[in-house]
Amino acid sequence: MLLSSLEGALDQTSFIPPKSFCRAMATYLEFIQQNEERDGVRFSWNVWPSSRLEATRMVVPLACLLTPLKERLDLPPVQYEPVLCSRPTCKAVLNPLCQVDYRAKLWACNFCFQRNQFPPAYAGISEVNQPAELMPQFSTIEYIVQRGPQTPLIFLYVVDTCLEEEDLQALKESLQMSLSLLPPDALVGLITFGRMVQVHELSCEGISKSYVFRGTKDLAAKQIQDMLGLSRPAVPMQQGRPLQTPEQPVISSRFLQPVHKIDMNLTDLLGELQRDPWPVTQGKRPLRSTGVALSIAVGLLEGTFPNTGARIMLFTGGPPTQGPGMVVGDELKTPIRSWHDIEKDNARFMKKATKHYETLANRSAANGHCIDIYACALDQTGLLEMKCCANLTGGHMVMGDSFNTSLFKQTFQRVFSKGYNGEFRMAFGANLDVKTSRELKIAGAIGPCISLNAKGPCVSENELGIGGTSQWKICSLDPSTTLAIYFEVVNQHNAPIPQGGRGAVQFVTQYQHSSTQRRIRVTTIARNWADAQTQLQHIEAAFDQEAAAVLMARLGVYRAESEEGPDVLRWLDRQLIRLCQKFGQYNKDDPNSFRLSESFSLYPQFIFHLRRSPFLQVFNNSPDESSYYRHHFARQDLTQSLIMIQPILYAYSFHGPPEPVLLDSSSILPDRILLMDTFFQIVIYLGETIAQWQKAGYQDMPEYENFKHLLQAPLDDAQEILQTRFPMPRYIHTEHGGSQARFLLSKVNPSQTHNNLYAWGQESGAPILTDDVSLQVFMDHLKKLAVSSAS
Amino acid sequence: MSVNQQAHTGPPYGQPQPGYQGYQQPAYGGQSLPGVPQSQYGAYNGPMPGYQQPVPPQGYFPSLGFPSKGSPVSLNSDTSSLAPNFIGSLRAPPTSGAPPPASGASHPSGHLAYSQFEHGDVQNGIPASAAPMQRPPASQPFLPGSAPTPVSQISTFQQYGPPPASVQQLRNHMAGMTIGSTAASAPPPAGLGYGVGPSSYPPTTGAPRPPAMPGPPLPGQTVAGPPPSSQPNHVSSPPPPSSMAGLHPGPPMSGLHGPPPPTHPPQPGYQMQQNGSFGQMRGPQPNYGGAYPGAPNYGSPPGPPPPPKRLDPDSIPSPIQVIEDDRNNRGSEPFVTGVRGQVPPLVTTNFLVKDQGNASPRYIRCTSYNIPCTSDMAKQSQVPLAAVIKPLATLPPEETLPYLVDHGESGPVRCNRCKAYMCPFMQFIEGGRRFQCCFCSCVTEVPPHYFQHLDHTGKRVDFYDRPELSLGSYEFLATVDYCKNNKFPSPPAFIFMIDVSYNAVKSGLVRLICEELKSLLDYLPREGNMEESAIRVGFVTYNKVLHFYNVKSSLAQPQMMVVSDVADMFVPLLDGFLVNVNESRTVIASLLDQIPEMFADTRETETVFAPVIQAGLEALKAAECAGKLFIFHTSLPIAEAPGKLKNRDDRKLINTDKEKTLFQPQTSFYNNLAKDCVAQGCCVDLFLFPNQYLDVATLGVVPYQTGGSIYKYAYFQLETDQYRFLNDLRRDVQKEVGFDAVMRVRTSTGIRATDFFGAFYMSNTTDVEMAGLDCDKTITVEFKHDDKLSEDSGALLQCALLYTSCAGQRRLRIHNLSLNCCTQLADLYRNCETDTLINYLAKYAYRGVLSSPVKTVRDALINQCAQILACYRKNCASPSSAGQLILPECMKLLPVYLNCVLKSDVLQPGPEVTTDDRAYIRQLVTSMDVAETNVFFYPRLLPLTKADVDSDSLPAAIRNSEERLSKGDIYLLENGLNVFVWVGVSVQQGLIQNLFGVSSFSQISNALSTLPVMENPFSKKVRSIVDMIQGQRSRYMKLIIVKQEDKLEMLFKHFLVEDKSLSGGASYVDFLCHMHKEIRQLLS
Repeated sequence: MLLSSLEGALDQTSFIPPKSFCRAMATYLEFIQQNEERDGVRFSWNVWPSSRLEATRMVVPLACLLTPLKERLDLPPVQYEPVLCSRPTCKAVLNPLCQVDYRAKLWACNFCFQRNQFPPAYAGISEVNQPAELMPQFSTIEYIVQRGPQTPLIFLYVVDTCLEEEDLQALKESLQMSLSLLPPDALVGLITFGRMVQVHELSCEGISKSYVFRGTKDLAAKQIQDMLGLSRPAVPMQQGRPLQTPEQPVISSRFLQPVHKIDMNLTDLLGELQRDPWPVTQGKRPLRSTGVALSIAVGLLEGTFPNTGARIMLFTGGPPTQGPGMVVGDELKTPIRSWHDIEKDNARFMKKATKHYETLANRSAANGHCIDIYACALDQTGLLEMKCCANLTGGHMVMGDSFNTSLFKQTFQRVFSKGYNGEFRMAFGANLDVKTSRELKIAGAIGPCISLNAKGPCVSENELGIGGTSQWKICSLDPSTTLAIYFEVVNQHNAPIPQGGRGAVQFVTQYQHSSTQRRIRVTTIARNWADAQTQLQHIEAAFDQEAAAVLMARLGVYRAESEEGPDVLRWLDRQLIRLCQKFGQYNKDDPNSFRLSESFSLYPQFIFHLRRSPFLQVFNNSPDESSYYRHHFARQDLTQSLIMIQPILYAYSFHGPPEPVLLDSSSILPDRILLMDTFFQIVIYLGETIAQWQKAGYQDMPEYENFKHLLQAPLDDAQEILQTRFPMPRYIHTEHGGSQARFLLSKVNPSQTHNNLYAWGQESGAPILTDDVSLQVFMDHLKKLAVSSAS
Repeated sequence: MSVNQQAHTGPPYGQPQPGYQGYQQPAYGGQSLPGVPQSQYGAYNGPMPGYQQPVPPQGYFPSLGFPSKGSPVSLNSDTSSLAPNFIGSLRAPPTSGAPPPASGASHPSGHLAYSQFEHGDVQNGIPASAAPMQRPPASQPFLPGSAPTPVSQISTFQQYGPPPASVQQLRNHMAGMTIGSTAASAPPPAGLGYGVGPSSYPPTTGAPRPPAMPGPPLPGQTVAGPPPSSQPNHVSSPPPPSSMAGLHPGPPMSGLHGPPPPTHPPQPGYQMQQNGSFGQMRGPQPNYGGAYPGAPNYGSPPGPPPPPKRLDPDSIPSPIQVIEDDRNNRGSEPFVTGVRGQVPPLVTTNFLVKDQGNASPRYIRCTSYNIPCTSDMAKQSQVPLAAVIKPLATLPPEETLPYLVDHGESGPVRCNRCKAYMCPFMQFIEGGRRFQCCFCSCVTEVPPHYFQHLDHTGKRVDFYDRPELSLGSYEFLATVDYCKNNKFPSPPAFIFMIDVSYNAVKSGLVRLICEELKSLLDYLPREGNMEESAIRVGFVTYNKVLHFYNVKSSLAQPQMMVVSDVADMFVPLLDGFLVNVNESRTVIASLLDQIPEMFADTRETETVFAPVIQAGLEALKAAECAGKLFIFHTSLPIAEAPGKLKNRDDRKLINTDKEKTLFQPQTSFYNNLAKDCVAQGCCVDLFLFPNQYLDVATLGVVPYQTGGSIYKYAYFQLETDQYRFLNDLRRDVQKEVGFDAVMRVRTSTGIRATDFFGAFYMSNTTDVEMAGLDCDKTITVEFKHDDKLSEDSGALLQCALLYTSCAGQRRLRIHNLSLNCCTQLADLYRNCETDTLINYLAKYAYRGVLSSPVKTVRDALINQCAQILACYRKNCASPSSAGQLILPECMKLLPVYLNCVLKSDVLQPGPEVTTDDRAYIRQLVTSMDVAETNVFFYPRLLPLTKADVDSDSLPAAIRNSEERLSKGDIYLLENGLNVFVWVGVSVQQGLIQNLFGVSSFSQISNALSTLPVMENPFSKKVRSIVDMIQGQRSRYMKLIIVKQEDKLEMLFKHFLVEDKSLSGGASYVDFLCHMHKEIRQLLS
């Protein structure tokens, strides 16, 4: 029965239905994978409970991870406009799920059932002559459309000059190098700041000219534009003189110039950049006007290129110490706020600063400009306060120790990296529109986006993440940018969906391609409905635990931004317990009887690691680090997100080829080299024996060449990861007993600790000095609670 | 006192003078002036006596006779000159024979004149006409009298002219009136009220008296008058007569001469007068009585006969004569300052100063060098006690600069109580272990390192080794205690801030300034023998926004930083903004080359102003130094910014109670800004290039209160004005200047400095603070009694100026001055200095216009002067007829100078004077020293054609009256701001060719801003004169060529201050009459 329903549910066009139940699991995995590859979509549930009540009982919400610009080698864009449903409230795009009457040249919208006439250009269509958007394999299709003037990409560098000489030098070089990576017609601008903020005019010969602003004064956009002379002069008009129109490009050209025109100039200008000349007395931090600098950058673009893709790139080497957005005073004796301070409500400037940057981020986002933050300092730089700038606009956030590190240099370089087709892996000003069939409503999204406040019939009243809208703006995105989108099933229990009914969701992403073309990518997916009361196994089998873990994690992290840490953990635990209660197989009050099906088996483990992750645990992390981690967590795709939740551990030894091993203290053995990838760090850990061997220099002896190879193998693998990862992970090479080994020790499941060391025996792995519970203990508790009849 | 007048006579009587001198000297010796001046007095005395004797009548008669002989009218004036002793020209008329009518005429004139003062116009017309009338007939040079007289008269008149004038001063027409009254008893009243008196008395008295008057009065005068004639006041009168006599009746002259000596005896009799040096009064009175009787007449009938009324301008005190006499008498010997209470030579005299314990008059001049002992006396006399102090005055090369004294780490030795600095007047006691303060009498221990034994006279043995013990002026090196924040100052900085708005660029100004700065920067002020200036420089340009420049030496190109946030000014850079000129030479040169290019196409017309000052201020703050901003500004700052101004120029406010608002700043913003500037030592010099109203009153607030200067070049045109501007700029940049200055004036117990005038800021009542103080800035300080002074100890002033030198050294400059004290008013009046007095009065009045209607200020001025003179008359002059105007010798120019002040643009603007001009002048005058106010109010008029081509001396100046100009001559007139070259219509072609290089009068161009360089002696001479004069002034004067009967001549005539002015200012003669009336009112 299950099979049949499944078969019926799945549309042929979408995927090949599983042939047998026993293969169902494998089939679902394939299905999921296939869908992800084709559409960049992963749903927590791939068969949807058909009523609101049932859906809520599923614990994990119906949601998906959407990678709007997932790189598709096999997706040539079509060069025409999409065909839209004519109902003003719908405007869904013609897609393979639509019913088409070829004879009448009509099509029925699968979301609102509106019947639409094909446009004249489609006069020639027939069953055999279908336009691409009707072909099943084009459930995702990309249109290139001609809309509005094409403006080149804009890069506005906002550079902190309160840096150490060495850092500044490195940064200058990076910036100079970046000029060669930009598209030649891209516009670049330069703002430098320290105690003052300087907006450099790039067009002048002979004398370098800059507009200077006080770093302590917040200026309204209008003021900034006036002061930069960007506002249109109204006077000549009043005088009735033939207005010699100062064209917009002319005006802006003073500050934003095509790279090919001024790269020499700008290279010189960058080369001449001096450290902030204002004296910094002993015991003081340099005065750094980050807040005003950003404000001016935003104002400048707002006034010159609204609604055009632009990138504000902030390079800062320390916390803002004055003016709006100030994070800490300039007295070195007052340390920058810690989590402790924040909990005690001791962070004087935090709220105000956050508000400042939020305002900026919103303004910037409204104009489609994104803000990158490249913060390199040993201390905190105020990312906590500034995070929204990157979070809301889709900008990058990079945190390093110094600009003079390969971490920064290569990361920065990678911003300008190009995809397989030679195009920049960046897109701007995306507008994501989500349409759902009637049984579904949109609860919200979590990711680097802001709401466009598009209320509509498919917007749910219950918000998850950024809700209350069916459209979001993503100012900057790259092929891996991934949003979590949450839905609500609104179908009432007493209005069953006919057998074989499918729910559909359409994602319409309009964006500015890096080639400055406007493009629209449309992804339409459909999933079967199933009655949870009768077909629970069916639904259960279609559970995507990886996606679910990430989706739940995003919700958790999203909550953690505004709620107390323990509350979030409690919520997460409760959700997990409920899920286990719902889907586990057990006898009441008998923990030992507890079993989870394969499709749920990994989920608790993910949650276990999530609970320990820096996304939810602030202990041992500075507020900046937490913000940094959360920022990346909220935008990476599923694979990367899972790595972040549960780092990957590989073992290298003479006992066999490299193999993934349990992220567990028991995996730490003396004769192994471990390679851990936590997304943010790559740790290579030499076991005790290996380390001794290495110290003894065996690797240099010809007869121990195999040892040399062993040592080299993880390095090569690490390189491979380093090459592809953005941002560049911190690369840590350590060994048993090394101080940096803590990165590894803090991640692994503390199955052996100083508490239970002897119980487990000395030979098996390394004990972790922690009071954290191990996965085993966690699972035991989970089982107990899940089977408890009390809850 | 009377001396002045005599001086006039002097020349004519050249010979007599010697004789007189002899006599007089003794007489005056007592007074104060040992040498020269006395001679003058002598001269006067001489005449006087002469008159007294039988001669006098003759003398007068002659004069009278002349007039009578000649056309009555002219004669009248002359006669008046006779009457001179008493002013009354009126009398003359009577004598002339047409007394009644004459008198009547005069009256009117008199009325008119007065009325002018009081009411203004109606009558002006008439008087004006009258005046011209008189003159023409009189033959311009010498008045009516001359007409009748032979040709020779001219010359003689010139010479004599003055004397009579002086005599006349004494008497107004009014006096005449009164005299008449005396005669008739009734007349006096008539005299008093021109208006009134005349009406009632005129008819009656008029007719009768005239006839009678002539005869009797004269004799009377002679009799009583002569002796007293008391040269003091009227002295001059005698001479004229004599001269007159000389001309006509040879005998009388001789007679006169003879008599004078003998007269001495008589004088004794009058000693009273002489003491007061006012004796003359009596003499004159009688005379006038006679003459004036006519005056009364005027009141009534007179109207018609214009001739009679006028005073002879030649007979009233002549500034030229006074200056000339002082120059002759006191210019030859050095002025040694060792003696207490010495009156220094006039500012117009070239003299050397030897400092022997008192500050040079170049540093300090007082209104009086003999101060009343009590406040009652001071109040009674109404003579303001003020000192005009120019602490950093430039000295001629022959005089030594103040020595720099270093008292070591403990700083200068000072009195424990009043903190006065060690000076020559401190008394060392107890064998030198202590000293008693000369100011507060407190006894202070002498610090061990400063101890020195005393010699038998009680002087320290090292008296002559220590400037602070033996000199009037010297400097102390200040210790760190005298520095702001207890930190030695950094060298100051100059910041050049250039307006680059459309107007400035278009007029070529920006380019001009940039070009000039390139070379000018090599001439920044240096300390002594330092190789390069320690001053750092910075550059800012601005229109609606400000552009700062980074000219750090390490840069290949200057960097420009635009600050558009003018609402909240700040300095965008620290390092590289203020630089050493030599180190950053190439970058600066590159910048100055580029500035004109960068803004060549600017279309920005709006400017800001306050933010510019703020920027400079902030820059100095950031650099932690004092300094000076040179701001070159073109327009009213209407751009949106703090200190934004609106055009509020409203000529309708003139002569209303709201007129004062034109002088007040629009907003208090600038006052606060000035305060901040002063606190930082940021001095602002403002160069203005307006094409329209730009509210100098407001823009000038900061320069004014920070001790800066304002230069204004209205309608600046590159071709004509650049030379003047560049000269001013060069001088302004190069001149010696001190920064962050605080001045305090300490006085000995009994008087106290109570009021200060000048360009500075005061945060309390005693300390004058100036962000910058240059060698031209002057502060006038007024003193008041708070206790009694003693004649024995006199009064002491110590002016201490703490400042930062241009090399950044902190110093104290000390000037000490000791004055006498008197219990007799006569001593006070004998030791006054009118020039200084005028300096004070002008500043006082110019400040008054900020708070009172201009008319009130003018009335107050007149009233105060009337009181001063009345007090003299009442207490010092020997009794005489009330109808006589008697002036103290030292103050005999007070009326003419005062009249000039009253007529000045600030107090009585003509229609062509803009509000900005008035505000500008008001501020300018406030920082002027005595020499500057002197020439500013009474311009110097030189007949160029009379110049001796072969000598390097200047031609003798002549009085500022149109009637002194001959249409065949070329004249030069300067007042410190402008130089006019006036060319008469009938000047010889050759001269025109030589001077202007054109062949005829009509081809002379008005547009010339300099005289063409011609290779001939006359041209060379004239140009050298112009150059010399330019060199004497702190500002380069604008040269204006005026052709007679050209429209520009109106402008020129404005400066002929003895004439009636178009704006309603009274002529000298009229004013004198008015003063006389006022005085008489006070006396009665």
